[in-house]
Formats: sequence, structure tokens, C-alpha cells
Amino acid sequence: MTLTSPMDTRPADPRPMDPIARQRRRMTAIYGWLLVMPALVLLTLFAFLPTITTLWASFHSRGTARRPSVFNGVENYADLLADPTFWTVIGNNVLYAAVTIPVSIALALLMALWADAKLPARGFVRSAYFTPTVLPMVAAANLWLFFYTPGIGVIDSFTSLFGLPSVNWLGQPQTALGAVMVVTIWKEAGFFMIFYLAALQTIPPDLREAAQVEGASRFTYLRRVLLPLLMPTTAFIFINALINSVKLIDHLFILTKGGPNNATKLALYWIWEMAFSYFDRVHAAAMTALVLLVLAVVAIVQFSVIDKRIHYR
Amino acid sequence: MTDLSLSDAAPRVHPRFDAGKLLDTAGAWLLALIWVAPLIFALWASLRPAGMALDFSQVSSLTLENYRAAWLAAPWLTYGANTLGLVTFTLIGQFILCTLAGYAFARFEFPGREALFVLVLLQLFILPEVLIVENYAMVSRLGLIDSITGMGLPYVASAFGIFLLRQAFKSVPVELEEAARVEGCSWLGVLWRVYVPAARPVYLAYALVSVATHWNNFLWPLIVTNNPDTRPLTVGLSLFGAPESGVNISIISAATLMVAAPLLVAFLIFQRQFIQAFLRAGIR
Repeated sequence: MTLTSPMDTRPADPRPMDPIARQRRRMTAIYGWLLVMPALVLLTLFAFLPTITTLWASFHSRGTARRPSVFNGVENYADLLADPTFWTVIGNNVLYAAVTIPVSIALALLMALWADAKLPARGFVRSAYFTPTVLPMVAAANLWLFFYTPGIGVIDSFTSLFGLPSVNWLGQPQTALGAVMVVTIWKEAGFFMIFYLAALQTIPPDLREAAQVEGASRFTYLRRVLLPLLMPTTAFIFINALINSVKLIDHLFILTKGGPNNATKLALYWIWEMAFSYFDRVHAAAMTALVLLVLAVVAIVQFSVIDKRIHYR
Repeated sequence: MTDLSLSDAAPRVHPRFDAGKLLDTAGAWLLALIWVAPLIFALWASLRPAGMALDFSQVSSLTLENYRAAWLAAPWLTYGANTLGLVTFTLIGQFILCTLAGYAFARFEFPGREALFVLVLLQLFILPEVLIVENYAMVSRLGLIDSITGMGLPYVASAFGIFLLRQAFKSVPVELEEAARVEGCSWLGVLWRVYVPAARPVYLAYALVSVATHWNNFLWPLIVTNNPDTRPLTVGLSLFGAPESGVNISIISAATLMVAAPLLVAFLIFQRQFIQAFLRAGIR
């Protein structure tokens, strides 16, 4: 992505402009603005204004019929920090990201290597990996609910064959978040595989032959040749996975509703709950502002560090 | 590695490579089986009589009864029509707005263009999903609660779409545009006759990604819809599968597969195009 480079490479005309050229230039500018206007209006309505009103609401008290909302500084934020649920949610989301992102990426790479190798039934293998991507997250959660249900679920039916006791995977705080992570990884890995698959096609096969001739083991080839070449792809996938770990919470509605005892509550789910179950708009706004702050940091890192060090085309 | 290894490496590599390939094949197949297992189990459960979801003893007693029960238990046709409406509205809106804006960013010089483009790119990170609270307030201010417009509108001005089309338009040779202009084409005529046809593959790729995304979208439609007449499939499915609704697992599986089927079948048929579309749209 080239943010800083000039978009139009045509050199500016050095001669003084005649009135017709100036007129034309003005028309071009007006046309340009007119063309951008519809998109700009909608972006303002659904991205920029809501960001501003979120910040505004986060610094104001909750208005009631008797007492209108007033500016109360950082009180809403202080409330959040004092709420133990806040720290549970942050801990959950950090753990969720710290597990699902690396595992999805590693699995995606493994899938891509296998889907790229000339193995028998490669078409089946490829579609099998990619299939979860086209399912709605809600449907994916339903499928996994069938696995996790205690007593009649697939996992319990299987473990009972060996005389193991029934486990309520989604119902106990120790296992619930893990069970949710499995669904996320299942849904995401195949999607990320596609990007690795594309990147692998651009790597010349001579490299592998050269490595084989040199007697390098497959692991060495992977570590010293493939992984460095796949770095831009990994960075791209990483950013995507990071964003998904914030925005993709559909499965929580089906699997756990944030429970048991907040064990699977993620940031966006908590925002939804505060706003639409408890009608606590100001604290939801403060939490939204914090999430936006995190996303802003991600954006800055992406634009300044990653894009500079790794060259996209 | 030294040159010495070259001579003895050659005979050794071959058999080890085969053993490796065997392991690879086994691993790849195992992972593929694990990956499709949830779908296979759901398919099996959906075809079994009530209470026998996981009973593998009597293969003969397969039934479509669960599909009938699931079909009759919720207004799926309405849900489906709403999803179709949502996807269509969003896609058409995205095509129009992103084409115009992408064209402006690619080919027009106007003051503030660079700053504006950075603002647009910001939307890649200010996700509509995160702004649900204030977007809900906005949509209700506009009187669009419980409407397809309300469900689709926040996604219509897609920064991703604007970015993709700007890239595509920039790669069109300026000479083509100038030739069309000489023949008396207006600005919009040039856009319609030169740029849009040249970017056709990008449109196709973007359409596939957009349809798949909005067909599967859940959180925002859940928030914006309050009644069954406007709900899309995903929201309908989530209510249908809720434990308090008391339907059994075979019927839930049947409903889940019914909802997933259109995209799933489309994917299996157009697999190659699908994957290529995702690739084209995802790589910048």
C-alpha cells in the first residue's frame, strides 16, 4: 500500500495557465468532489460522526428524564477500570487473540503447504480446508454446539465409549473459552490458507531444488527460505486475524452468551451487552473508545512499521 | 552445507522423500477429515429420526422428517428473501459509490484528495462492528430500524471497495481515456465505457467477497431488526437454535444446513473462481 507516493505521475505544467485551462482545472476539481461526495456522506454518517459521538458520550454522564447528561470527565473510564468484569474481559480477549492468532496462522501455513504439494485427492483436501470460510459464523457455532453438548454431543458420545465421564465443555469456566477458540480457529485457518497458497505460487521452484541439492532438510528449507519469503503474507494475515479477534463475536451468541461467569466474554460482546441489554450507553461508549484506541494503534503500526519494512507491490 | 554432501545427498534424498510424502498425505487427509467432520456429523444427525442423532447402528432408517419440521418451524422464505434483499442492496450500493469514489481518487485532481483518501482508509480500522452503539443511534435517527436499508447502509461506502477500484482504475492506460474523450465521451461516459469494463474481474472478485460477507453477517442485522418480517437468515437461525426454543439437535442441524446450503453449494460448484476471487480481493 503506498500512502505517501504521489498518486498521479503526470508532471505539473510549468507554463502559466491560460483561462481555458484554468477553467478546466476548476471543473475537474468540482467533478472530483462530486464523485467522492456520496461515499463521503455515508462514511461521515456511519464512521466519522459515530466515532465523534462515541468519544462525546464517553465523557458524559448517563442522562435520565430528570437529570440531563452532563460532562463528567473520565468518570466513565474510571468506572470501567474499577469494574472487575472489565479486567476479565480484557484478559479473555488478550488470551483469545494470543491463542487463536498464532494457532490459526500456523495451521494455515501447514494447510497451504499440503494443499500446494502434489498429494492424492488434493482438490478434496483444499475444499475441506476452505469450506468453513463460506459458512456463517452462526451456523459454524451451531455445528460445534452439537459437538460440545454434554451427554448427547459428539465429543461426549465418543469419550463415553472409553468410559470417560461427561464434560460440559461450554458450561464450565475452565474449558469454555478454549472451546470457543477451537471454533474460531476452525473457521479462520482455511481462510488464511488461501493467502499463503497464493504466496507459495510466487516462490520459484528452483529454490527448493537448490536447497535439496545442498542437502538442507525440509525444516531448514522452511525456516531459512520459505518463512522469510512469506513474511509479508504473514504480516497481512496477522493484521486481519487481529482485527477479527476484536470484531468476530457471532459465535458467542450461540455457544455461551459470554458465560459461564464471564469466562468467554470478549470486548465487543460486552459492549453489545452494556448497550443493548443494560441500556448503559455511556459505559458502552467508553469501552468502544478504548477498542478504537487499540485499533488506531494497530493502524499506525501497519502504516508506519509493516508497510515500510515489507514492500507490497 | 559443503560440496561433499552433494554426492551422497542424491541417492539418499529419494527414499526419504517418499516416506515424507506418505506422512504428508496422511497428515493432510487427517486434517481435512477433522475439518469437514462438523459438517458430516450435522448432515448425519439431520437425516436421523429424533433421539437417534448419533446412533450409527441402523443406517437404513434415514429420514427427511427433520428438514420438514425445521422448514415449518420458522418463516425461512421470508428470512431468505430478506438476506437476498440485504445482499443485493449492499452490493449495488457498494458498486455505485465505490466506483464513483474510486474513479475520483484514481483520475481526478482536486484539493484535499490525499487527506480525504487517508480518511477513507481509516475506515478499514474504524470497523462498523465496533461502532454498533452509535450506528444504531444514527440508523434510528434516520428512521431505518427494521429495514433492509438500515441493515446495509453502514457497509455501502466500503473503504476496501474504494481502495480496490482505485487500484484497478489506476492501472488503466490514460491513452484509452483520452481516445474516448476525443470521440466526445463525457466524464461519466468514459467511466462507463472505459474504466468499468476494464475492471470487470475486480468487480467480480469484490462481488463474491461482498456477497459472502453480508450473507453471513449477523451482529449488525441482529441489532437493527426487531421483527420476523425483516430478519435475515443468520438472525433467524440464531433464534431458532436457541436452547430455550426447545427444538432438538437433529432439527437444529437440518436448519443449519439449510441456511448454509446456498453458499456451500455455490462454493462447491464455483470453487476455483471463489478461491481466486478471495485471493484477488485480499491481496493488496
